Amino acid sequence: MTKKTKPVVYADRRFLDRLTAAPGFTSVSASVISIIVGLILGFILLLFIDAGSSFLGMSDLLTYGISSAKSFAKVLYKAAPLMMTGLSIGFAFRTGLFNIGATGQYTIGAFFGLFAAIMWKFPWWAAILIAMLAGAVWGAIPGFFNAYFHVNEVITSIMCNWTALFLCNLIFMNTPGMWLNPSDRSRTISVVTANPSGLLPRFGLDKLLDSSYANIGIFITILIAVIVYFILEKTTFGYELKAGGYNRHASVYAGIKSKRNILFAMMIAGGLSGIGGAISYLAGTVDYTISSTSLLPMGFNGIPVALLAFSHPLGIIASSVFIGYLQVGGEAMQPEFSAEMVNVILSIIIYFSAFSLIMRGVVRKFIKRKEKKETPETPDAPVEPPVTESKGVEN
Amino acid sequence: MDNYIIEMKNITKEFPGIRANDDITLQLRKGEIHSLLGENGAGKSTLMSILFGLYTPDTGMILKNGEAVKITNPNDANALGIGMVHQHFKLVEVFTVLENIILGAEPTKSGFLTLNETRKKVIELSEKYNLHVNVDAKIEDISVGMQQRVEILKMLYRENEILIFDEPTAILTPQEIEELMQIMRNLIKEGKSILFITHKLNEIMAVSDRVTVLRKGKWMGTVNIKDTTKSELSMMMVGRKVKTIRSDKRAQSPDVILKVEHLTVANKLHKKLNAVKNVSFDVHSGEIVAIAGIEGNGQSELAYALTGLEKTISGIIHFSNVDITNSSIRDRVKLGMSHIPEDRHKYGLILDYSLEKNLVLKRYWQSDFNRHGIILKEAVRNYSDKLIEQYDIRSGQGSTTIVRSMSGGNQQKAIIAREIDFNPNLVVAVQPTRGLDIGAIEYIHTQLIKERNSGKGILLISLELEEVLALSDRILIMYNGEIVAELDPHKTTPNEMGLYMVGGNRSTPQNQEAGDLA
Ligand SMILES: Nc1ncnc2c1ncn2[C@@H]1O[C@H](COP(=O)(O)OP(=O)(O)OP(=O)(O)O)[C@@H](O)[C@H]1O
Ligand SMILES: [Mg+2]
Repeated sequence: MTKKTKPVVYADRRFLDRLTAAPGFTSVSASVISIIVGLILGFILLLFIDAGSSFLGMSDLLTYGISSAKSFAKVLYKAAPLMMTGLSIGFAFRTGLFNIGATGQYTIGAFFGLFAAIMWKFPWWAAILIAMLAGAVWGAIPGFFNAYFHVNEVITSIMCNWTALFLCNLIFMNTPGMWLNPSDRSRTISVVTANPSGLLPRFGLDKLLDSSYANIGIFITILIAVIVYFILEKTTFGYELKAGGYNRHASVYAGIKSKRNILFAMMIAGGLSGIGGAISYLAGTVDYTISSTSLLPMGFNGIPVALLAFSHPLGIIASSVFIGYLQVGGEAMQPEFSAEMVNVILSIIIYFSAFSLIMRGVVRKFIKRKEKKETPETPDAPVEPPVTESKGVEN
Repeated sequence: MDNYIIEMKNITKEFPGIRANDDITLQLRKGEIHSLLGENGAGKSTLMSILFGLYTPDTGMILKNGEAVKITNPNDANALGIGMVHQHFKLVEVFTVLENIILGAEPTKSGFLTLNETRKKVIELSEKYNLHVNVDAKIEDISVGMQQRVEILKMLYRENEILIFDEPTAILTPQEIEELMQIMRNLIKEGKSILFITHKLNEIMAVSDRVTVLRKGKWMGTVNIKDTTKSELSMMMVGRKVKTIRSDKRAQSPDVILKVEHLTVANKLHKKLNAVKNVSFDVHSGEIVAIAGIEGNGQSELAYALTGLEKTISGIIHFSNVDITNSSIRDRVKLGMSHIPEDRHKYGLILDYSLEKNLVLKRYWQSDFNRHGIILKEAVRNYSDKLIEQYDIRSGQGSTTIVRSMSGGNQQKAIIAREIDFNPNLVVAVQPTRGLDIGAIEYIHTQLIKERNSGKGILLISLELEEVLALSDRILIMYNGEIVAELDPHKTTPNEMGLYMVGGNRSTPQNQEAGDLA
């Protein structure tokens, strides 16, 4: 990628060169390309389902999120908890762990957030703190078993997910103060009626954006994303965590307390998801469904959020807003398209977006090829060396 | 007219910040062993990776039997009969030998694996070339020497006729090297042609027909082995005369830095047997104590136990007058123990971290490099730049180079720089010069002696008898988990050492353990 060999440098090209050489350029453009591919594939699917309304459906999907202040408020409302589970999964991933337990930690966070606000009449910030601690404890379980007993965190996390769901439902079901309606006990009572101080403050945003979905949640989560970025990239703790994620053996060799760090990493990941759960339900716009028997999807949606951003905390801010945006747009596609159909389309887009990892290789190749074209007598296009080999195979 | 099976003409390849190959031409005759010689980072592996299709050259062409060919990936290379044994193996550890050999070229009949015929073919090949490989063993259970033979078998199974060996001998014991060279001669007899990378001039002189020398990415010349000498080659390679370092004799200081008493360490594979059995020795300040032996006689486990990577079963380790038997690794580092590990990719480096981050791996927690847990970027950069300069660590982008992209020898130099520079009291150096060029070895040996002269203790664990003889003040021979002899390097001979190393003799008292138990 050096420019030494280039005979002439044109002024306009210099900008492009600088851009393509900037760190993160390949990652960002890979994500963007993946998103576009996902959108095109989603559109093709729409064509197949109902060619007539496909254009309308697509334009709803793509524009509804910014069609009004109201819908934009909803995008931010959806993005906030997504950002938290995305950060949770991304953070764990950077430290070499796969936190499939985000949904359970999120559920626990929702539970404690609601419980603290409704039963204990805690103010919102205290409820969020409690939720964070509870999420951290829930994350600590797989962390502990991984660190000290070599049990894969994925297995324990999945068990913890179901335990969290039914445990929370069970307690809610047996706590009369939590019921919205004593006759069927299917939902929790609204925070608005039970304890207004438990609601996330709106600071006039609701008036400004003309939406009850508007609250300060998104600002809290962006702040947390910045903090996570800082921890990972600027501190010795982050250095240790990432070292362990890349090469556990070498981190032990360096004297890093690897086991303790695995535990800490999972606790932090759990805490992040826990905050997400509280922020989601303390908005006061949706009640918790006590009778639900399926895992909350928010925790799983954090996976594409993290993947799309290459687990980079600042990238996760963008990717969570994007996916929140699609989700809101998807709601606008109804009733022309059924809710299930919309979900299928969304998952296609989201999961293709997560192919950004593959796209990154393609983008790199493309940049190199272009550079070669500038030096005339090149026989072939260069091929990117195999940068990521599986770590286990190497000797 | 020469009969070239492969010609690489005017090959140029650039990586960010470095021209790894600069207009290199290499011609391989049919049926010859052609060596490649050059300093660490000279571009040998890059050139061979181009021939094997891992990289595409920026300019230049490749000809096979006089015809231009295009090799854009290893499959192309394979189709042209080109096979490669990499500097760092690429085997799947949990697969068996057979599974690894067929991987990527699985024999199938209507979609199903047909293993029986293949198995027979592989066993036949193994016998024909005297490889003695057990095809059903798992990779993780066999020695590196055996793993290498698996790589060779892999090439033979694919009927490759041009075989590339990238530093095959760096990880082998002297005996294994001898056997490998015999295998290479057999391969030539069967009509194969070989490209052979090594830093050891003796090996080049012993097996090859011709040698091509590279320096900093440039072609320095191709010469016939019978028309050249070792010193001429080393001149060509580094541009100056390289000295063989020998340490002078010194009186032993009374200060003991490391004292090991009755140390026993478990064997990882066979839990019942112990890898290190009731071993006692000490290292004084200002001396280099070498532990010599054939690979697999407990030296690795001894190093792991001393440095805290493995637990001990019994015995006591005193370091700087502190009992560190159960101390954490960090505490040992704080007391001044440094460790140049045997397996640089597993322990020594975080390959996906930048060079600067690797260079502070043992020190990032010190107040020089962080304030209240926040890394001082500038301090790290300055320190890293200093080490790169001082130890001549070559890479494309200096401090910010991702270590994975560095040449093997320069990765090793980075570890050594880090481990010597933190001013330790004791350096546990396991195979410190593995994979280094002769110039770098000269430098590292000088450094180790300098450390010794300034009062440090050095425990050198090496399979290279020459290195042991040249550097050490005392030699301990390890055989079957025990120290069987203590020899004076100024009096002993390689032959005498060899006798002890294979268990044919012992001069230290028998293991007390048996007596204690009785
Ligand atoms: N994939 C890569 N990306 C960037 N730089 C690379 C890459 N591969 C090699 N280099 C650089 O090219 C130079 C030549 O490396 P190469 O591995 O060919 O050296 P070598 O002669 O095999 O050295 P050694 O004896 O240490 O193995 C080195 O400076 C290395 O840092
Ligand atoms: Mg090399």
